[in-house]
Amino acid sequence: MIAEVVSNILLLSGVAFSLLGSVGVIRLPDFYTRAHAATKPDTLGLILVMVGLAVRQGVDINSAKLLLIVAIVAMANPAGAHALGRSAIRTGLQPWLKREKP
Amino acid sequence: MITRKDSVILDVVTRIMVPFIQIFAFYVIFHGHYSPGGGFQGGALLAGSVLLQRIVLGRDRSLPGFPVKWGVPFGVIGVLLFFGTGLLAQVMGGNFLQYDALPFPMDEVWLRNTGILLVEIGVAFAVMGTLIAIFDELSGAGEEA
Repeated sequence: MIAEVVSNILLLSGVAFSLLGSVGVIRLPDFYTRAHAATKPDTLGLILVMVGLAVRQGVDINSAKLLLIVAIVAMANPAGAHALGRSAIRTGLQPWLKREKP
Repeated sequence: MITRKDSVILDVVTRIMVPFIQIFAFYVIFHGHYSPGGGFQGGALLAGSVLLQRIVLGRDRSLPGFPVKWGVPFGVIGVLLFFGTGLLAQVMGGNFLQYDALPFPMDEVWLRNTGILLVEIGVAFAVMGTLIAIFDELSGAGEEA
């Protein structure tokens, strides 16, 4: 019962974070802010959804696999975002600033 | 000055991730009979692990692991493994790729299992070698090596 409530809260907040990330990808103005919106809330949303599913599943081999997915994603996704932003700034893409109105 | 080889984060993450990617690739290859996956997907994952090292670690540290001249031979070995399995069944009196005609000392179920496994390993090698060869050709990795 309590596990189900906790799992529902985790799942809903994870979906909300993923939705906010998707909105950010469409609404934000340039590459860096979009990369920020595409990777960080998505990672947190996926982690929350996976932890919610693991809580619902209980202590099990399946929840261990879900937590393994969390570990891999928490390592790989920010590294990918880091690589994107790094290669963008290295090739000279200027960040969007508020004073240069497009 | 920011240079290509400066990012410690990408370096460490790549060196941690590559063994897991390769283990998962072999899992995908060997469980392709009865779960999603198979030779093509496993070969693409193997190629991805090598290409990740090519991109992140740079030429000096990735070429010893998988030299440029291995790409095309891997593809050829894969195709020969696939075609040899099929042709061996045909030579022994069955149809092309008829696994229970293979001349191995096993009963029929294990014979089919082994035949499918050989074919999938061949497909994985072919896909891996071809993808890496395409990447090396496009990026010019082997030109002055």
